[in-house]
Formats: sequence, C-alpha cells, structure tokens
Amino acid sequence: MSNDILVLAEHDGQAVSDITFELLGAARRLASGSGGQVAVALVGGAGLTGTLGAASTVYVVDGTSGAIYSPEVFEKAFLGVLKEADPRLVLTGTSTMGIDVAGALSVAWPAPVVSYVVGLEAEGTELVATSQIYGGKLMAEVAIGGPHAICAVIAGSFPADAGRSDGTPEVREVAVAGLDSARTTPRGVHEPDTSGVDIAAAEVLVSVGRGIGGKENLEVVQELADALGAPLAASRPITDQGWLPKPQQVGKSGKKVKPRAYLAFGISGAPEHLEGMRDAELIIACNTDPNAPIFDVAHYGTTADLFDLAPELAEKLGS
Amino acid sequence: MRILVLMRQLPDLVEELEISSEGTDIDRELVKFVMNEFDDQALEEALLLKESSGAEVVVVALDEPDVDQALYTAIAKGADRAVKLTGVSNERWMSTHERAAILAPYVEESAADLVLTGVQAADDLDGQLAGVLAGLLGLPHAAVVVGVELKDSTVLVTQELGGGRSVDEEIDLPAVLGLQAARQAPRYAPISKIRQVTQAGGIEEVAAHTPPEASATAISLRRLYVPERSGHAEMLEGTPGEVAERIAEILRSRGLVKG
Ligand SMILES: Cc1cc2nc3c(=O)[nH]c(=O)nc-3n(C[C@H](O)[C@H](O)[C@H](O)COP(=O)(O)OP(=O)(O)OC[C@H]3O[C@@H](n4cnc5c(N)ncnc54)[C@H](O)[C@@H]3O)c2cc1C
Ligand SMILES: Nc1ncnc2c1ncn2[C@@H]1O[C@H](COP(=O)(O)O)[C@@H](O)[C@H]1O
Repeated sequence: MSNDILVLAEHDGQAVSDITFELLGAARRLASGSGGQVAVALVGGAGLTGTLGAASTVYVVDGTSGAIYSPEVFEKAFLGVLKEADPRLVLTGTSTMGIDVAGALSVAWPAPVVSYVVGLEAEGTELVATSQIYGGKLMAEVAIGGPHAICAVIAGSFPADAGRSDGTPEVREVAVAGLDSARTTPRGVHEPDTSGVDIAAAEVLVSVGRGIGGKENLEVVQELADALGAPLAASRPITDQGWLPKPQQVGKSGKKVKPRAYLAFGISGAPEHLEGMRDAELIIACNTDPNAPIFDVAHYGTTADLFDLAPELAEKLGS
Repeated sequence: MRILVLMRQLPDLVEELEISSEGTDIDRELVKFVMNEFDDQALEEALLLKESSGAEVVVVALDEPDVDQALYTAIAKGADRAVKLTGVSNERWMSTHERAAILAPYVEESAADLVLTGVQAADDLDGQLAGVLAGLLGLPHAAVVVGVELKDSTVLVTQELGGGRSVDEEIDLPAVLGLQAARQAPRYAPISKIRQVTQAGGIEEVAAHTPPEASATAISLRRLYVPERSGHAEMLEGTPGEVAERIAEILRSRGLVKG
C-alpha cells in the first residue's frame, strides 16, 4: 500500500483553480507526516504543469476536447490515473467536478468517500476527516481505514498559499483508451454574465436570503441599500426564484465578494454561501435563528427580525 | 419516455438538531422532516419535461419518515405515479452508498430513460447520490444541473461550473442527473389538491431489494458534534431600534455611511 496522495486538479484552461492549491497544501502536510508523495492528476491543460511545483509528479491525460469540462471524460481520465498511480488518498473539491467524479470513481475504484471535508489528519495508519454537514450545523468526525479513500473538500478549508509553488514536477503522460467514445459530448462553455451591477466591485453590500420570504418584501432591504448607496446581493434561493438577477448571487456558483462591509439579512450561512463572502472586511448578520452558521463568520450579529431591523436601520442611516 | 425522480426527506435545518445519546446520529424522534429542496427542483424540471414532451413522471422514495406527504404532494403537482420502496429500516442515518445500492436495482427494472435527483442532501457524508448511482448502473451522469432539454435519444444538459461559468453537453440516454435548479421556480400545489390526492391514496409500495452487506465503501463515523463557535459574532442585544443604532455607529465609524 502506498502512502501517496493524489489531487484531482481543476482548471479553466488558463489557470489552475485555487481549490487545487488548497488541496495540494493539505496533501503536502499529510504526506510529510506519512512519508508519501504528492501527485496531481491533470486532465487537459497540459501547459499548466509549471504551477504545480508542490507535487512531485503530475499525471497528465490529454486527448480530450481541450479545456471543456465533461463529467464522463474526466471520470474516465481520472480512473486511468488512479489505476496507474494507486494512491492511498484522493483529494478533490466539493465543486461540480468533485460532486460528479467522487461518487462515480468510488464505485469504479472501490474506495470510501468522505464529502464536505474541512479537516484532515493522520492517526497512525488511519485517516481522520472532519466534515461539515447539515448546512454547517453539525460536524462529523470520520475514520477511514483501508488501502484507498476519496475525500471531497470544501473550498476555503486549507490555505492555498501552502500549495502554491513553481517548480518542475515529473510529468507523466497517461494514455486512457476510449475517451472519445464517451456518451457525453461537450457543446460549449458559457462565461459569466457581466451585465448589470457588479457586486464584486461594491464597497458595501446589503445581501438578502430566503428569510425575506417573497419578492414583494425586497422593498424593505432595497430602502436600506439605497440609504447606504449599496447594491443588493443575494443568496442562491433568491436568484433561483428570479427575485434578483443571477449576477447578484454571492457564493460558490455565484460571485466571490470582498467588500468593506457585508450586511446579511435572512441568510443561514451554508458553506456554499460562505465560500463567496467570508473574506469580507466586516460582516454583520441578521438572522432570527441564534444557531445559524452565518454567526460563525460574522463580526456582529443580531437575532432581530429583519422586517423590524432593516427599516429602523434605513431610517437611522437615511437621516 | 419515462422520467424517474428520486426524492428523500431531510431534517428541517431551520429547527435545532440534537445529537442522539450514542453520538453518531441526530435524534430522529425530535426532528421535523421536510422534502430536500433540491428534489423539489428535480421534480419541477421533470414536470416541465412532461409538459413539453409528454414524458411519464414517476417519483420514487425509500420508506422514510413523512415521505408519504412528499409523494402525495408530487402527485398533486402533476407526477403520474409515486413509488415507495419498503422493507428497509428507516430509523437511522443511511449512507449515500447504501441508498444507492437499494435504489439501483429498482431504477434498472423500471426501464427509465432519465433519472433526476437533487444535486445533494445536507447529510451527504459519503458523497452525492447521482454519481454513485450512475457508477453502480454504468450510466453517464452530470451534477449541478440547471437546464435539461430532451432530444430523441439524448438529453441536452447545462451544468454550473461555479463562479458564473457553465457548460452545455449532450448526454446519451439513459442518464442520471443531479439537479441544482429547475428552469423555473418549483410550483406549489394547493393544500386542497394535496388533501384530495392523499384521500385517493395511490402510492405504489414495492419491496426493496435488500442492500448488500456494507461494502468496501463504508466509512466509520466516530462522532457528531456541534461546531465550536470560536469565531462567533459579537451579538448585539436590545430592541431593533437599539440594534440599528449600534450597527449605524459601526458603519459610521468605518466611514461607510455617505452624507
Ligand atoms: C453546488 C451548489 C452550489 C451552491 N451555490 C450557492 C451560491 O453560490 N450561493 C448561495 O447562497 N447558495 C448556494 N448554494 C445553496 C446553499 O446550499 C443554500 O441552500 C443557500 O445558501 C441557502 O440560502 P439562504 O441562507 O438564503 O436560505 P436558508 O438556508 O433557508 O436560510 C434562511 C435564513 O433566514 C432566517 N430567517 C427567516 N426569517 C427571518 C426573519 N424574518 N428575519 C431574520 N432572519 C430570518 C432563517 O433563520 C434562516 O437561517 C449552493 C448549493 C449547491 C449544492
Ligand atoms: N433513499 C432515497 N430515495 C430516493 N431518492 C433518494 C434517496 N437518497 C437520495 N435520493 C435522491 O438523491 C438526492 C441527493 O441525495 P444524496 O446525494 O444521497 O443525499 C436526494 O435529494 C434525492 O433526490
């Protein structure tokens, strides 16, 4: 059994994503304790190996349709690498790619999966993962024995800088048969919609979540936003309902924002939301549930009802 | 064309979750169960596909607390059939791999062309269902799906990649998709309609295949705990007016208030 750790890289064709560096940093720390090597699997993006100096080996699978992501192609390509590299532990993010491939690979390359991971430690020959479940309300401590394991890690759990290092890792090309006969055909990538307000550029954001209850209630927070000269931002359910335009969504699938102040109203603080705003300089959260995870990242919190608080605040700031 | 929508119940996260005395599960006696919100999206997408292509929509669930309510609601919204897989213990947390092993034989026998699930559930400790199920069945799959269009023998899918990027791909049927969001917000069923459907009954009960013994994919859950609130916010107390005054001060002191 090897002690090696393999990171499944993510990239957009131009650059390797932060999550990959975060995983590389975590892998380096684990491997230095267990004496294993750190490797990366890179599907497409062969020109990007120079940024992966934190790994000793980069397994490159090419022959895919360029940078376009396709779940089936990536799964097959990664499986080819897993068979060749035979690592003890595979690390991926809880991104679209991670959600796609972790489960499917765990069947084809039998291995236990731990998802929503925020912490990883070695305990003798066992790995212990800490996961954040129930939308961040509970933590689970999970022991993983056996020769193989796959962990899907929440973005932001480990510092990316620890995994960033230029260098010349050994590059190994892995030929995987049958990539072209895949039953999934990529049809094109859509780049982010840049129309409308650019919430990433705003100094202050008033952000609203499902606690607002209905589109007609947005007026309450709009008045506050106007008083502050700030745009409205939102959690996913608000943009999914079409109550605010998609480019105003904060989080994993929306925008990453870092304003000087982020005022969150009726947002619970699910990991996917926190991913987009936890680095704001000042976070003030209003949520009637004192146990809402948003209070773990907020600097100031209140359990006041947003329908009481927002108008009062708008009035105080407007005058 | 037959579309299966796999649905399940989850603890309502707005309520407090208590940990059971063994420390490895939540206290299920105290929990209020609601439909996984992403399943509601999957159901909506299935109903939209039914409207545009005449597909049959079958909702499928394991026998779990309060699941009848969810199945009847699905029928009230327009699902053609509701199937409950019975005979599996429903009093403890069940891993995704166990669930998938129980669902896979049913999905196979049902001759479905398309299988929709929610993208994830909040208790997905060992991965998400769509990928595991597709792995067991040898089917193509995609998760974080926000658009589905049926062609003759393929499905055109839009997957979100994060940060506002997305990718379109054409996938051969049969396929398994994990739905993040339907093309429109999930519809509501009037309470009166749900009541009427519930009275008429009509949930088909099918004995579930016994799952294989816990396989190599088992993980051992040592304990569940409430996260330490180390970085907890300073809570502002008082009337809404007093809290508003404090927040206004904080913002002013940082020069964030104009005028
Ligand atoms: C792959 C993937 C990607 C995702 N990407 C994103 C993303 O980019 N951005 C995102 O936000 N989410 C994303 N999500 C969804 C995320 O998991 C949560 O479902 C979502 O963030 C919840 O939004 P919310 O906090 O507004 O709603 P809820 O979790 O329902 O919280 C509403 C909160 O409002 C509070 N409340 C209710 N009434 C009041 C009141 N009167 N006053 C004050 N408080 C009140 C409640 O206590 C509750 O905490 C993603 C999910 C997945 C699976
Ligand atoms: N036991 C089950 N019965 C029916 N559908 C399920 C079951 N388990 C999971 N699903 C479906 O898969 C989605 C994601 O679940 P999972 O990723 O396993 O938590 C759920 O929201 C359901 O759509």
